[in-house]
Amino acid sequence: MRANGKSTMLEKLQNSRNALGLIFMLPAAVLLLVFLTYPLGLGTWLGFTDAKVGRSGVWIGLENYEFLWNDSVTRLALFNTLFYTAVASIVKFFLGLWLAILLNRNLRFKTFFRAVILLPYIVPTALSAIAFWWLYDAQFSVISWVLTRLGLIDRYIDFLGEPWNARFSTIAANVWRGVPFVAITLLAGLQTISPSYYEASAIDGASPWQQFRHVTLPLLTPIIAVVMTFSVLFTFTDFQLIYVITRGGPLNATHLMATLSFQRAISGGALGEGAAISIAMVPFLLAAIMFSYFGLQRRAWQQGGSDK
Amino acid sequence: MSEFNRRKFLEGSAGVAAAIGAGSALFATSAQAQTIAFKPEKGAKLRVLRWSRFVQGDIDQYMKNVAKFTEKTGIEVRVDNEGWEDVRPKAAVAANTGAGPDIILSTNDDANLYPEKLLDVTDLAEYLGKKYGGWYPACEAYLRPDGKKWLGLALGAAGSMMVYRQSHLKAAGFDAFPKTNDEFLKMLRALKDKGTPGGFALGNATGDSLWTNWLVWSFGGKLVDKDNKVVIDSPETIKALEFGKEMYATFVPGTLSWLDPNNNKAFLDGQISVTNNGISIYYAAKNSQDPKVKEMAADINHASFPIGPVGVPTESHLFFNQMVMKYTKYPQAAKEFLRFMMEWEQFDPWLSAAGGYIAQPLAGYEKSAVWTVDPKNTPYRDSVKHMRPTGYAGKLGYASAGAGADFIVANMVAEAASGQKTPKEAAERAQKRAERYYRV
Repeated sequence: MRANGKSTMLEKLQNSRNALGLIFMLPAAVLLLVFLTYPLGLGTWLGFTDAKVGRSGVWIGLENYEFLWNDSVTRLALFNTLFYTAVASIVKFFLGLWLAILLNRNLRFKTFFRAVILLPYIVPTALSAIAFWWLYDAQFSVISWVLTRLGLIDRYIDFLGEPWNARFSTIAANVWRGVPFVAITLLAGLQTISPSYYEASAIDGASPWQQFRHVTLPLLTPIIAVVMTFSVLFTFTDFQLIYVITRGGPLNATHLMATLSFQRAISGGALGEGAAISIAMVPFLLAAIMFSYFGLQRRAWQQGGSDK
Repeated sequence: MSEFNRRKFLEGSAGVAAAIGAGSALFATSAQAQTIAFKPEKGAKLRVLRWSRFVQGDIDQYMKNVAKFTEKTGIEVRVDNEGWEDVRPKAAVAANTGAGPDIILSTNDDANLYPEKLLDVTDLAEYLGKKYGGWYPACEAYLRPDGKKWLGLALGAAGSMMVYRQSHLKAAGFDAFPKTNDEFLKMLRALKDKGTPGGFALGNATGDSLWTNWLVWSFGGKLVDKDNKVVIDSPETIKALEFGKEMYATFVPGTLSWLDPNNNKAFLDGQISVTNNGISIYYAAKNSQDPKVKEMAADINHASFPIGPVGVPTESHLFFNQMVMKYTKYPQAAKEFLRFMMEWEQFDPWLSAAGGYIAQPLAGYEKSAVWTVDPKNTPYRDSVKHMRPTGYAGKLGYASAGAGADFIVANMVAEAASGQKTPKEAAERAQKRAERYYRV
């Protein structure tokens, strides 16, 4: 009797699409919960406590955030992060688009160039960061060395010792590393555009610019939206480049939210405060995602129409 | 530094004088007079987590000593190595969760973050102190904060000293390294005029930016007073910052961007004549394959930091602890292990193998051969003796650790030296930043 009941339960379960669906989704759900939701939730919780490394904290409400709001270094880090993300993302977008369009033409050695373009993306970030660190070195910079040999400058450029120089130098390193991702993804997007659109527009007498503006761009926007969302997210949360090249110096001019969060939480032991800095990044990241989803992915705009 | 500590230290120094007089045989006799018995638990096994590694000789000899311990006692010891900056979070987590290594070799004020999680080693510390001429005051400040209980044992410090080119100093008119701040500044100016400037790291360099502590302390400035009240915005600090500005004017360009390795590279390339560093520059030169660099080794020499208006040494070095965790199942074995490692037969060869990179915490080891085998090692001998703890003159703990990791003093000096802020503005800003850490 009991055995019978069991088998019918099992049979029922096997025949129920909903139950089966749930079971099949379980592994993925567990992964997400354990490795994504839990850490994020824990981070949010820590941000509201005064936890230290090795000492669990007590709930202190918004105190961390109040503290950070009045902290000049955190404000500077926020400014640096916004500046870094904005400039690097825009430059990466234009350079990437330009490269993608070039690579989409029938070049000689097309596959070779496509492979080469990916190289900066393949090299581990820490390694390329060390290379840039040498390029920007105050004493051994090969850039400064070449320029002095050519007689263009008479003293070495202080790439990382002057706040604005340091900001632009680290942005250049980030762009170098991030362009391949944008270029190759946009190239994939370009190749999905049917040649017939170009033929039709050519017959209508469209100039190359008009073709780009009214055929390429609208059809590419969904890809652009996705690529730029990722690009902004990666740049905003950048850590390795800064940590290797400047550690946030000089005078905290290149400290990003991520590096400051690490410095405060791990080196300084103020886990709660570090978590609060990390969590303070979330609204900005959400805003970037919202913008691309609701802004760039609007159908009317993609199909060449304009907003009503 | 309390009177109590100083008195204690003087007692210790007297012991050293006696020890030197009596020769090394004294240790053997005093060992008999001064014994301590730890009875390792049956079946004890130990796990040690230690920082690594500045010089290979250190780790090689340490492991040899460990093997010797295992041979003698039958206690198995597993040693795990981590980069020194990674030990702090790991040690803290172990302390909090109550599981992990039995013994942790950590840095600076780590033991002060969770004193209640550490095994009291007062008996062992007192035994070693008596036997080896006394602990230096900085060790007591770090590890015996209440003047009674020892939270752990000091292991020593990686000294950061003045590293300079003798020939360049001579050319600039200095036969010996200056002993006072004023002379030091004169020397920096003379070096610059000769086209052979000095350079000191002003970036967010965890180790090499420690010279900024020396600068502020040498003029009588300090981050906090004895009661952890922030007092960095003081006339003394302003004087120090003005001095720092004068120093900066003589530096090679680009020091604001310098991290820990930069001064080593610039020095070995002959671009700077003086900087602050561990003994590693000299070692790299001595062991270099490049004949030109090897030649430079003969010209490199070391000196203690100059003494400022306060009239006493005010050096700042990377300090090393040895902590026995309270949760260990084998407290006796752990203490016995530390005792064994700190005894002359093991500790002296270890100091020698580290080649001067690590300075002893006990005055008795001043007579270790490592300090005389090469006279250029000698200045590093007094690293712990001349050291002040980070977070001087306050109590150590989360506030001092946080303020140190946030580069408050280093940033202040960099801001003022580079002229981005006036000394007053820089000091005010440091005051505000430090007050946040010391708020409770």
